[in-house]
Amino acid sequence: MNWITNAVLPKIKALVTANDVPDNLWIKCKACGQMIFHREFEQANNCCSTCGHHAPLPPEARFAMIFDDASFETVELAAIDDDPLKFRDSRRYADRLKDSRSKTGVKDAIAVAHGLIGGRKAVIAAFDFRFMGGSMGRMVGNGIIAAAEAAVAHDAALITIPSTGGARMQEGVLSLMQLPRTILAVEKVRAAGLPHIVLLAHPTTGGVTASFAMLGDLQIAEPGAIIGFAGRRVIEETVREKLPDDFQTAEYLQDHGMVDAVIPRAEQPSYIGRILGFLMDQREATRAA
Amino acid sequence: MRHFLDFEKPIAALEGKVEELRHMSSDGSINIADEIGKLQTRIDRELKQTYEKLGPWEKVQVARHPERPRVSAIIGQLFEDFTPLAGDRNYAEDYAVIGGMARFRGQAVMVMGTEKGSSTEERIKRNFGMARPEGYRKASRLMELAGRFGLPVLSFVDTAGAYPGRGAEERGQAEAIATAIRACLRLPTPMVASIIGEGGSGGAIALATGNRVVMFEHAIYSVISPEGCASILWRSSDHAKEAAEALRITSDHMKELGVIDAIVPEPLGGAHRDQTAAIASLGDACFAQLRDLQDMDRDALIADRADKYLAMGDGGG
Ligand SMILES: [Zn+2]
Repeated sequence: MNWITNAVLPKIKALVTANDVPDNLWIKCKACGQMIFHREFEQANNCCSTCGHHAPLPPEARFAMIFDDASFETVELAAIDDDPLKFRDSRRYADRLKDSRSKTGVKDAIAVAHGLIGGRKAVIAAFDFRFMGGSMGRMVGNGIIAAAEAAVAHDAALITIPSTGGARMQEGVLSLMQLPRTILAVEKVRAAGLPHIVLLAHPTTGGVTASFAMLGDLQIAEPGAIIGFAGRRVIEETVREKLPDDFQTAEYLQDHGMVDAVIPRAEQPSYIGRILGFLMDQREATRAA
Repeated sequence: MRHFLDFEKPIAALEGKVEELRHMSSDGSINIADEIGKLQTRIDRELKQTYEKLGPWEKVQVARHPERPRVSAIIGQLFEDFTPLAGDRNYAEDYAVIGGMARFRGQAVMVMGTEKGSSTEERIKRNFGMARPEGYRKASRLMELAGRFGLPVLSFVDTAGAYPGRGAEERGQAEAIATAIRACLRLPTPMVASIIGEGGSGGAIALATGNRVVMFEHAIYSVISPEGCASILWRSSDHAKEAAEALRITSDHMKELGVIDAIVPEPLGGAHRDQTAAIASLGDACFAQLRDLQDMDRDALIADRADKYLAMGDGGG
């Protein structure tokens, strides 16, 4: 943990818009330690130019990166009763939410937008890891449902991009109920004959993996992303065995048959565009006839 | 040797006295019978008082009680002609998940559940009720089969959660759970799920996404174990008691949140004190729920299930 990136940068970011960030700010790559120009880092969609490490990428930046001409329209999510359990650990959940909202400027850990990818209609639901570790509560469930419904309404593909530590414990069993809820959402997309592509970003763990996130027509992952149901430490404590260094990485999952491809950010727009072409051309042709 | 929970210690002491009296020689036998009667009244009163106001953390202990009714006991008492089915047709038979066809009050059904085991040997064989991907894939297979042949599904859940193992991850634990939930949601026949002990997270919902869900009075249902939650949010599992309170894992909260449809009352002092009576009540509760669903056709059943879970987006229920 670096004091500069964790304490100072968010405050500076909150004061100035992204375009006003001066060029001389440096970011340290969490993987290789290399110092990178802020602007260079941002232009590479938060990828390290030295080692290729994919750092977290907030939804807005993902939308701009993947949608054609960085053009998209966001889908607003309705507000809900924030804290049905009146949950409190060392702090009240209500206060944690308030804090996360003021720090990030977003309402919850998901954002939804629609636009074109390679000329084809698509809706993206992207998790926001900055917001309480991208944890999935009812609001995130609502986001997946809204995205699925928008896909069906627009006759568009659904792209889900999880980046999450798992279920939001502060919403108790209601966060567990988001597993069936989000599966119902992607079932609607399937029933409409539309594709659902999952792009697994670092990290995708816990309850979220046991839901819509493993039920895509295609599963793609970002390089180095950690993806798994149980955490590495929990497994090590249970089986008392040293796990391989690359355990639960995107590449490891590909070797074990869990993902179709590991695709770096720079190639994602064209890759997804190509996939949508394969899966949606026939539909277009039938509709045109 | 009977297993007593910490908060049952005063009751254990009284029951010990009763045992002692029973073994005393019979001279002045009228007095002994009298004493036993008085003690028994005290025991019942203590049990009632203790079990009426069990806190969430105490319920965790009750839900995990080693003598709690197991799925095999439930199947044995409530079902006839149980015909177990085995294997996921891919890799293995997972003994943590029991399932097969049976008759429930005359009707052909599919019954399945997570089994923790009773003896030490059986617990090991059943991996303490923690299933691997093969267990969830077997459950999916049984549900798909039930759907094609018009069998209602009754499931009984008692698991700390899915097994956190290397092989389980490599063989797609997450995908297997997601697919089992989807199999529940796609089922064209009625499904009634029961949370009988621990309803532990993804490993529980995989078999519990029913049209109706009932829950034993002292069972628990949670997104994460209190210990796990405490070690993340309080940074120490010593705070499990507080986590159990904060997580709202008890049957009354589940009912309030709309996650379950009915609470199945347990005999005085918990299901472990009278398994037969507890299982009989559970059978009645399942039968009542199943009867409610019997006139619904396949589309209505699928829609009923979808509506139930889609509604859990704003305060629940
Ligand atoms: Zn680097």
